[in-house]
Formats: sequence, C-alpha cells, structure tokens
Amino acid sequence: MTQQKRSRVREYLSGMARPLGETALAIAIGLVGGAVIMLIWKYDPLHAYIALFKGAFGGVDEIASTLSMATPLILTALTFLIGVKAGLFIIGAEGQVYLGTVGAVAASLFVLPPGVHLLVALLFSMVVGALWSLPVAILKVTRGVHEVISCIMMNWIAVWLTRYMVNYPLVDPARSEKTITVAPTSRFPILIPRTELTLAIAVSIVAAIVIYYFLWHTSLGYQFRAVGLNPEASRYAGINQLRIIILSLVMGGMTAGLAGATQVVGRPPTWALYGTLANIMNLGFNGLAVAMIGRTHPIGSIFAAIFFGGLYTGARQMQVPGPSPSLPYIEQLGEVVRGTAGAGVTIELIGAVQGVIVLAVAVPGALDMLRKYLRRRRGR
Amino acid sequence: MSFVAQAITLATSSLHAMVPLSLTATGETFNEKAGSFNIGLEGTLLLSAFTAVIGAEATGSYFGGLIVGMLTGMLISLVFAVIAIYWKGDQMIIGIGVNLFALGFVAFGLIAVWKTPGHHGLANWYPPRIPTPIGALSPLVPFAVVMAIITYLLVNKTVFGLRVKASGENPESVDVAGLSVERIRLVSALFGGALAGIAGAYLSIDWLSFVTKEISAGRGFISLACVVFSGLDPLLAFGGAFLFGFSEAFAIFLASMPGGPPIPYFFVYMIPYIVSLVVVTGVIGRRRFPAALGTPYRRE
Repeated sequence: MTQQKRSRVREYLSGMARPLGETALAIAIGLVGGAVIMLIWKYDPLHAYIALFKGAFGGVDEIASTLSMATPLILTALTFLIGVKAGLFIIGAEGQVYLGTVGAVAASLFVLPPGVHLLVALLFSMVVGALWSLPVAILKVTRGVHEVISCIMMNWIAVWLTRYMVNYPLVDPARSEKTITVAPTSRFPILIPRTELTLAIAVSIVAAIVIYYFLWHTSLGYQFRAVGLNPEASRYAGINQLRIIILSLVMGGMTAGLAGATQVVGRPPTWALYGTLANIMNLGFNGLAVAMIGRTHPIGSIFAAIFFGGLYTGARQMQVPGPSPSLPYIEQLGEVVRGTAGAGVTIELIGAVQGVIVLAVAVPGALDMLRKYLRRRRGR
Repeated sequence: MSFVAQAITLATSSLHAMVPLSLTATGETFNEKAGSFNIGLEGTLLLSAFTAVIGAEATGSYFGGLIVGMLTGMLISLVFAVIAIYWKGDQMIIGIGVNLFALGFVAFGLIAVWKTPGHHGLANWYPPRIPTPIGALSPLVPFAVVMAIITYLLVNKTVFGLRVKASGENPESVDVAGLSVERIRLVSALFGGALAGIAGAYLSIDWLSFVTKEISAGRGFISLACVVFSGLDPLLAFGGAFLFGFSEAFAIFLASMPGGPPIPYFFVYMIPYIVSLVVVTGVIGRRRFPAALGTPYRRE
C-alpha cells in the first residue's frame, strides 16, 4: 500500500469513528434505559441481557433466526432512508408492507413454474407497495399535503383493507385464521434446514447495495440528495423536484412491498399471512428505528437491522422464566449462560429499549455532550 | 330502537369519541403555534392511558387518575422539549422515539403490573357522569369544549399568546425583545402535553374503563390531522375533532347494526381515516402554518 492510499484509508476510518461512536452511545443509553425499567419491576437486567445475547447470537440456529428477522427490516429501513435523502419523512412503510404481503400472497392464485412464480410474487408485492405510496405522492405534489399526515391515514386504511383481503378473497378455506399458503413454486429456498433463514436475506442485502449505488453513484441519485440537502438550490439548478418526490415515494413503496413479500414467500414455517397480521405488524415502524440507528445509510442499515433482528430473536430467550432465586448468584448466572434459564422479561420490553435508542439518536452531538460532561466532572 | 333513540345514541357516542381527539388537538395547536411539531402524541396518549389506570387504582379516585395521566403527558413533553428545544434535536425523530417507546413500555407494563397480557379492566369502576337530556355524559365533554375556547382566548387575546405566536413566526423578534424563545416553547409543549395526558387518561379511566396495549388506536395521529385541518385554530381543531369523533362513532354504529353492517365492517372502520384524508386534502391549500414550525431556534 502506498503512503497516500494509507492516509486516505485512515481519513475514511476517522470519518466513520464519530457516527459509530454516537450510535454505540445511543445503543448503550437504550440498554441502560431498559435495565432501569427492569429494575423498577424487580427483574434482573444482567440475566436479561445475557439471555438476550445468547438467544440472538448463541449458535447457528440463533444467528439464522436473527438474520431472518433482519431481512424485512433492511427493506423497510430503505423506504425511510430514500425519503430522508430526498427530504421527505416517509412513515408509510407500515401500510405498504401490509399490501405488499397481500400482493405476494395473491400471486399464488396463479399456477406458474418455479422461479418464475417467485419473481412474479416479488413483482406483485413491489407494484402493490408502490401503488399504495402513490396517493401520498399525488397529494403531496398536487395539494401540498404533508407526507406524514397522508402516510398515517394510508397506514390505517391499509390495516383494514388487508384484514378484509385476509378474511375474504385470500382466506384459507380450511383455516379461516390465515390466508392460503403460498405456492411452493413461489417460495425462497431455505438456506439452513430447520431455521427460518431463506435466500430472501440476499434480496434485502442486494437491495441495500443497489440503493447505495443509486444514491451515491448515479446522477439521478445525486439529484435526490441535492433536493434533500437544499431544496432551494436544487430548484435553481433545474432539478425537477416533483419528479424526485414521486420517484422517492414509489421506490420506497417498492422496497416496503418487498419487505412484506419476504414474510410470506421467504419465511418458514407459515408461508401465509395471519388474519391478525401478527407476522408483519410493526415491520414498517421498526424500519424507521433501523434506518436511524444505521445513520440513514443503506449499508449502515444492514448492520442496524441485524442488531435489531438480534434484539427480537434474543428477546424470546429473555422471556424464558429466570433461574431460581434461592440459588447462589453465580449459579444463577451459569444457568442463564447455559440457556436453561432466561430472565422472565416480556418480549415487548425490547420495544421500549428501541424507543430509548431512537430518542438518544435524536440528540445531536450526544458524544460531545458526554465528553464535555466528563471533562467537567474530572475538573471538579 | 326508534330512529330518534338511534340518533341520540349516535350523538352521545360521537361526543365521547370526540373528547380525546379534541383535547389532544387543542393542545397541539398551541404547541405548534410556538413552533414545535410533536408527532409523539400517539405515544403520549398510550402512556398516559396506562399510568392513569395505575394512578386511579392507587388513589381509588377518578381525579387521581386524571392527574397522573396529565403529569405523564407533561413529563413526556418535558423530554421532548429538552431534546428538541434545548438540544435542537430533530422533532420527527423524537416523536418516533416516543411512539416506539410507548408501544413497548405499555405492553411490558401491562404484564409487569397486572400480569395480564395486552388488556387490563378496572373492576367496580364508575366514572362520574353528568345527566343531560341526550343521556349521561362524561364531565370531560364540557371540559374539552371549555379548553378549546380557553386555548383560543389564550392564543388570540393575551400577551402570552402573542409571544407564543411570535416564537413560531419570528423567533428572532422574541429574542430581541429580551424573552426566551426556549422557555415560551417549553411552556407551550407542557401545555400540549398536559392536555394530551388528560386525553389519554380519559381513554382508559373514563370512556372505556380498561386499558389495552393499543388503546390509543391512532387517535394521536388523527389529532394531528385535526391540527393540520384547523390551520392551528383551536376552535376549528375542536370542530375537526367532532367531525372525526362522529365518523368514528358512525363506523362503530354501522358495524354493530342488527343484521350486520351494510358493507363488510373492515370498510366501515376505514371511514374515519378516509374522512381525515379527504378533509385535510380539501382545506390544506387555504392553511398557513408558522414560518419557524419544526425548526429549532439558534441565536445567530
């Protein structure tokens, strides 16, 4: 390596240090917040976090499960970050995921050869997701309706429309609590037997790389970022802002729709959508958190999604009843480490931790604040 | 049931459905006048609905519950204000954070406090009711009306209201006049939080007499739609809340019609959201929002 190249690498790495440090700090604040909540209700945070880690990354099956949880989150994070780059605050991924799922299930109403069928299912989900984002785009462009308001309403309309689709046109005649099972020809191949991990993870990662390339290495992507950074200047530069708004919403709708598809054609053992929508609920909203922890960067979002996937997967182990309190503490820890005990903490606590992390991310320059505070304390 | 009796039932249930929307929207118009935009109202409603039940059970009183709900709303607004107003954080991200936190915390709390997943009912609970010619009404129905009027007067007829409007339109002028933009925005946020907290408490300890992990059911977001619809006029926000309250009551009324609803009830439940979208779209061009809305104030 030449001297020049080495210094450029060093520059690049030091540029990454700050965002990574701030993200690590936000995550730490979130975990401390979760620990405080656990202590209030007399749960053991140490047990909980050991169980969480073990449940998320403790073995091949756990890692497969974590990656499979991350698969849709990468895609919904993309929806949000494409919007952010173009200066929009798109919180409509939730509804677009729902309808994308419906689209992917509906593809199973046709009989097609394997492979082609999967492509058709993915195409359906992307088209339906994009269509669901269109009213938001049209209302924004023609009437100036703020995308936050229209996304919220479209999300709720999507909830009821999807429930209707699940309960009537797509219902499983044998089991009315779910849709028809998707055709085997339209399924992603399973990567690790007896786990939920399928090739869908590759689609998510490729999508993130494509979006990264698009935003930073194409002229249209440059226009997206120009509009997001400075709408005034980009207008003077002759960039068609309306086109960018519509395109960013449509592209976001496509990735969100795809996220929905991965939950039915890319996730065993159900291969169907439940009437309660339980297997797709909150994927869109959690994607917002993923995008923020990933510093609204596609590649960052991949890692953030794996982190959150780990939280959700590990939470199941955390929920396992804790060790007997009569044991000496060191033996209690041993049981948790071996996985024979958890911490008895409800899965949902993870949602609260996630909320605190996002709040911490919202604090600008948190790292500097911490440094200043520490310096002041040391000075005393 | 006769037609008149049905109409009266629909009217009282519209009024009850209006209360949380109206209180939340009224408070938020005030907050937005001062220049902050809080999309965490959904989470505020959810959290205060939860804490109000704890408060009501601990004190054994309706009032105790309302106070705890109100204080919860104010506490969340304090967090919002510190990050958004003093530390200049992104208001949208804070709102999302509050909403995510509330979803997880309340679901966790229901199990931690009462060992019941997802749902806790108040036993032997009789919230106060005012007898009126159209049926028994919650005391918060007139309270919501009064608060809309008070907020209107506060914004338009007082010196403080003028300062609030100035911090939303032209914060520099407030600063130049020797007043603290941050403090005015903080007070406005706390006011909005207090009303949203009471609204959340109303959901659990007054209207429904139970708390669930999804009790807010989008009402915080619909309140935001009311605020946008009103163009930050508290009285219009109240009108919007009544419209959405009516469409919600009408949806429930249709869904519970004897012999089943005329269309699948899934479509009936879309009505409030479609109405929101159409109404907001219809009026939006004629609304003007404060120039500094959503931007933190930085002294040059």
